[in-house]
Amino acid sequence: MNAHAEEHFAGSNKLFISIWVWLVVLTLIEIFLAYKTMSTGIMLTILLGLSIIKAALIMAYFMHLKFERLSLILTLVPMLVVCICLLMVFFPDSMRSAGLRYQFKQPPPVAPAPVEE
Amino acid sequence: MSTEARADFFPSADWEGGTLPYRVGHRKLGMWLFIVSDSLTFSALLMGYSYLRASNVWPTPFPFYPSIVFASVMTFCLLSSSLTMVFGVSASSKGDKAKARKWILATIFFGTAFIVLHLIEWSHLIEQGMRPFYLPEHWVTAFTTTNGVPPSPLFGATFFTITGLHMFHVATGVIYLLVVTARIKKLKHEDVEISGLYWHFVDLVWMFVFPLIYIMSVDMHGHLAGVAH
Repeated sequence: MNAHAEEHFAGSNKLFISIWVWLVVLTLIEIFLAYKTMSTGIMLTILLGLSIIKAALIMAYFMHLKFERLSLILTLVPMLVVCICLLMVFFPDSMRSAGLRYQFKQPPPVAPAPVEE
Repeated sequence: MSTEARADFFPSADWEGGTLPYRVGHRKLGMWLFIVSDSLTFSALLMGYSYLRASNVWPTPFPFYPSIVFASVMTFCLLSSSLTMVFGVSASSKGDKAKARKWILATIFFGTAFIVLHLIEWSHLIEQGMRPFYLPEHWVTAFTTTNGVPPSPLFGATFFTITGLHMFHVATGVIYLLVVTARIKKLKHEDVEISGLYWHFVDLVWMFVFPLIYIMSVDMHGHLAGVAH
């Protein structure tokens, strides 16, 4: 390894333009999806999936991580992914508190039908 | 076996001093570590937003115009600014500082355009009466559920906090890049590359903010259309 090799910036302009085109296309797909009727869960899954792909493209090519040493990638990425996943520990509580909400102007309970003997 | 004797078995190249285990300089490693910690800041904010959203009645008030059109053009600005930044770093790696400066100035242009568009978009919402802790009254009317549960006023708090912090990052990035262009002759290539890392990170964060805040809050059933402003 020498100083010259370190200075070299891998990847051609053509490659970067094609990555940019991909990013724009994925964004257009997201905007298109915004006006499709589907359940929130499916919509969220697709949008986050697309976002993760876009983030990976930016990190790999624009931020040059693909051309760095594997040790750097293994130091930065798995730790970040684990920490972000650990933040999801709060979601069960979020779902629970949605059910605990006070129901304003709730329709009055209906009396059960008399049981005929 | 003594430690000195065992040392022969280890690949020594990285540990002799003078070489770098990650093959990046300490400044670049420092920027990467900053980026990781800052990603966690944004992750925590987006998780907080998702928490509130899942546990409350949440308004979905963004119309196609101006909100979605503005946000889409802003996304395009940021993506293009990332591309020009890559070209700048690429020119800098070939030692062409003048060309690098031009590309970075283009990046600054797109970054500034993003901030201006975002402030216009904010002013649309503020004019309608959206505040960090209040919703405009016609939004409350439109998004109250059939059994009378009103939408959460924290919509504004999460919106202004997350997009505001992101806008602050873009503004910081613009200032950072201005300093880099001013001093580009004195800077090493690695310093230019580090400023690029920061800029791409700002772009990367928007790739999550845009779908989660904007796309997920589109008023696709026309709730607001039926309510007088």
